[in-house]
Parts: sequence; structure tokens; C-alpha cells
Amino acid sequence: MNMYIQPEYEVIRNSDKCIACRVCERQCANLVHSFDSETGKMKADDSKCVNCHRCVCLCPTHALKIVKSDDTYKINANWDNQTINEVYKQANTGGVLLSSMGNPKPYPVYWDRMLVNASQVTNPPIDPLREPMETQLYLGKRAAKIERDEQGKLKNTLAPQLKLKVPVLFSAMSYGSISYNAHESLARAAEELGTYYNTGEGGLHKDFYKYGKNTIVQVASGRFGVFKDYLESAAAIEIKMGQGAKPGIGGHLPGAKISADVSETRMIPQGVDAISPAPHHDIYSIEDLRQLVYSLKEATEYKKPVIVKIAAVHNAAAIASGIARSGADIIAIDGYRGGTGAAPTRIRDNVGIPIELALAQIDQRLRDEGIRDEVSILVGGSIRSSADVIKAIALGADACYIGTAALLALGCHLCRSCHEGKCNWGIATQRPDLVKRLNPDIGYKRLVNLVTAWNHEIQEMMGGMGINSIEALRGNRLMLRGIGLTDTELNLLGIKYAGESM
Amino acid sequence: MKRIYVNEKWCLGCHLCEYECAFANSGLTDMVKALKGKTIHPKIRVEDSGEVHFAVNCRHCKDAICVQSCISGALSKGEDGVVRIDQNKCVGCLTCVLVCPYGAVMPAPSGHAAMKCQLCTDNLCGEPNCVKHCPNNAIVYEER
Repeated sequence: MNMYIQPEYEVIRNSDKCIACRVCERQCANLVHSFDSETGKMKADDSKCVNCHRCVCLCPTHALKIVKSDDTYKINANWDNQTINEVYKQANTGGVLLSSMGNPKPYPVYWDRMLVNASQVTNPPIDPLREPMETQLYLGKRAAKIERDEQGKLKNTLAPQLKLKVPVLFSAMSYGSISYNAHESLARAAEELGTYYNTGEGGLHKDFYKYGKNTIVQVASGRFGVFKDYLESAAAIEIKMGQGAKPGIGGHLPGAKISADVSETRMIPQGVDAISPAPHHDIYSIEDLRQLVYSLKEATEYKKPVIVKIAAVHNAAAIASGIARSGADIIAIDGYRGGTGAAPTRIRDNVGIPIELALAQIDQRLRDEGIRDEVSILVGGSIRSSADVIKAIALGADACYIGTAALLALGCHLCRSCHEGKCNWGIATQRPDLVKRLNPDIGYKRLVNLVTAWNHEIQEMMGGMGINSIEALRGNRLMLRGIGLTDTELNLLGIKYAGESM
Repeated sequence: MKRIYVNEKWCLGCHLCEYECAFANSGLTDMVKALKGKTIHPKIRVEDSGEVHFAVNCRHCKDAICVQSCISGALSKGEDGVVRIDQNKCVGCLTCVLVCPYGAVMPAPSGHAAMKCQLCTDNLCGEPNCVKHCPNNAIVYEER
């Protein structure tokens, strides 16, 4: 017998405002809303609602709202309602609990416990509207040797670099986990912004090769869609060792999402589950990683930077040191609040460490070992605003990956039901009638708006600090002060407490 | 001239345009008051068949057959290219309804006259309200 579980959210309709236009009914892929022709009124089935707010946003008279149900079991600080319900669900089904998007648990957010400095009197702030304020940067190995040719002219020994006009890139989201239109929006936005989007592990759709110079292609453990043209089309290649939302495990894209197009792009049969193994079966050491890094460099004639992406885990600093020595040009670190199209709930909510601590430790370790210039550092895993970007760069990052924020710009309302494949916003779905709800003409503009707005804010905050180049902010931890942090946390972050002087 | 064009590829069949049209032409400023409990008579209609949806309203044809066929001179094409109907002149013969190849002229709710889209030049919106409120830019108002 299945235990009845009370829906977590309720659809509240103001019947004074509802004009029964049935837009909510037509727009809900979960079939929550229906029209009762006998009463002439709309009805809602709360049990099907995932709280994606599609109906709330499209209701022309704003007659709808979704509220948290106040139904509760007997209050228990140890066994809260969700914990109890999860036990019931597992007892009902015998299955692993699945979740999507980032870790929603109330762990500390260290970004919110760091404050940024500003100049007063002795070192005047700079007005970005009147003076140059540089947010352009390069990613790649910076350690170049001075070598001269026979004529005595300087030889260019600089490794290939990625040029970014803004310190923000779109993080890896595969075609399959997100829709064609979402990918098109990201690609077009990256092109217009002078930055990069990342294909994720699902290969590159043939229509998007034209955005190659703004594309980072991923090589993950499943090696989906990896072939010569794929590698050659891109600006950089990323080896995905791990993902912040699910460190230590692979991926599983259900067969239902392997449409004809996804199948062609991933180079796997249609309708068959796409399984990414937990490890790369040819990588069990830094030496093995080095072989893949150099295989990819060899395949692309040493013209493209190679990124190695890892999840932020307990030993991240030592792993990053190994990656820097493996020949990679860029290290990407993904924090435990990073998003996903599907992950086992227990892994997402309990594995990994905060990106802030991992970043500070990695930057420090690489500096201590004198190899910080060998690699650039990219961070992701819940960068929520321009302030987070500023703080990440001051902690030691070169630039930030944004995934969740980008999806929010496209319409995502964080209902965390991506794994069900019925995204009402046309993002995390392959159903053609839902995919068309995301018009890339609108989507790419919203992404451009978001990043442009962040860039303005970054310039304002840099100006306030008296810094006129984003590269001068990198690793400038004196610009940060902690608040509400313990000595251990301050030490790990390498910052002083608010109120302490330089 | 600027016309309303519908991009079938992006039309979701949500029918919001029909309600926004009815609201725009209600003369009221409160959508609930204008539409609650009423049968709407929009001048734009969404046609649905399976996965295909598109909205249809007046194309403001260069050589408008409705204007040519109007027996009372109620239909006319202005200098701005907009095909308009003067409902005071209309005798309700509905010839225009019959001849319009797009089905974009329809009987007014009174039954005594025809009505059609006049690009919201005949109400307080100023710009086509269906275009303004289309959630997916499937209806656009542009020069082509």
C-alpha cells in the first residue's frame, strides 16, 4: 500500500479575479489545472504541482499564487516533515531519491559572510563612468619564458589564452539535460558578450558549430559526441572529472530524453539511457590525467587551452596542485551548491564542500607552491550575483562560471524538477511542445542583460575599491573582511575579520 | 506599413492574445471587470491542431477584398494602410466575413455589424495589445 503524502504546496486561486481563460490549464505540463464546465470554474490538483510558477506568471489577471501547505505532522525538530515524507516515499517505491538543481539545505553561505572594502580619502575611488574600468581578462597559463630567435627578436612562448570581455562564463549544461533553445540562447549570448558557454558532456549540436569561437567543449567520462570536428570547433576543451552537485558519481540521462537530435549529437542510439561512468576509466592518477590533457592538446595542435573541472571536495587543494602539474591550462572548481539536471538527493545535499573554502585553499596552495601562474582558476557552484563574482575574484579566482543564474534569466523558477523532463519553461525538457516555450530571441537578450548588468555592478564595486582592472583584484584578499566567522573559517579563507586594519 | 505577423514556430497556443484583445477593446482598465463571466469576442483567433498553433487576425491586405466587397462603404483602407470598419455605416450583410480569405473579419457580438482588428488604433492601447502581451514573441508588429 502506498502511503498518502500531502502535497507540499497548494495552488490558491482568487476566484474574484479568475476569468477562466484557461491559460493556466494550457500551460501546465503537469496537468494541475482543469476547467469544470458544470460550474464554469477552474480547478487545481495540488498533488501534481511542482511550484514552477508558469501559471502564476502567465495568468493575465494575477489570480494565482502558490503557497506552502500548512498541513504538518506533529512538530519535531529532528524529524521534520520533509524527512518523514522522504522515508514514506522510499518505503512506497524502494528507489533512490532524485533531485535537481543545487543543494537547497541551509548550510552557511560564505559569500554572505564576507564584506568588500572601499576607498576613502587616501586612495580615492574611481568613477567607472568617467574613467576606464577594465573587466576584460585572459584565461590560460601565464608562465612564459623570455626566448629570442636568431635575429634576437622575442619569441612568443605564451600558451594559448581565452579572452573574456566579462569575468563571467556560462557553465557546462549538456544538450539533453537542457533544450536546443536553451543552448541556442546561451551560445548567442556568449557571442554577444564576448565570453564562452560550455556544451557540457552531451556533444555539440551541428547547428551550433558556428558559435565555435565562443564555445568550450567538454570531454566527460561518457565521451558523448567527442570527435575531431567537435574538438576543433571549440575555443577550449574541458575535461570533466567531477560536478559540484554530485561529486564522485556519474550521470544518467534517461532514454526518454534521448530524442533523435540528442541521439545524433551524443552519438548514441535513440531512446537508450545515456550513462556517464563515475570515473574516467582511463584516468586513475595525475599521470593518467596528463595523458588525456596532452592527447587533447595533440589532437588540436596545441592551439587551445585545456580546462580540468573538478568538484570541490575535501582534498581539493592537493588535487588542484596535481592538475596544475598535469599540463592543464585552467582549473575549474565546482562547489557543492552547483546545479544539476538530476542527482541522487543524498549526494547532492551531503557531498562536497563550499566553493568559497575550496577556492581560497586552492589559490593559496598554488601560490605557496609557486605554480599559480601555471593555471587560471574558474569557479562555479552558485555564483548568485555580481557581488559573489567580486568576492570570488578577490579570493583568488580568475573568472566565474554561472549556471543556475543563467537558467533563472531564461525563465527557470527553481522548482527543482528537471529530472522529470516536463519543464514548463522549455529549459530542462526535450518535449517539442515545451521546448518551443523558450524563444531564443528573448532568451539570449535576457542573458545578455543579466551579464551586462553584473558587469556594470562589478565595475562600480571595483571603482569603489580604487581598482581599475579586474586582474588587479584577483587574489587581493585584503579587499575582503569576514563577518560572523570563526578563526578557523577566517584562516581557511585567508581573510581578516571586519574591523581589523590592513 | 507595420503589420502584425504571427510566427507559428513560437506560438504556444496559450490563447492569451484573445483575452488581451477582448480586454483592449472593452474600454475598461480592469481586466477582471472587463472579462469575468463574459463570453469574449476577440478580433484575433488562435487556431489549434495538434501541436500546431497560430494566431490569425486581419492582414490589412494591399488590395483588400473586404473593402472591395463592402456594399455600404463601411470598410475602407486609410492612408496609413489600416483597413477600418465604420460600424455606423455597416448594414450587417456580412459579405466581408464571407470573402475574407483568412477568416479575420467576424460578426460583432450585436449581430448587426461586422468587426475586425484595427491594430488597436480604435482603442486606448496605442499599440497592438496582443503583441505587447504575447509571452513568446510569437506575434510581432513590424515592417517587412
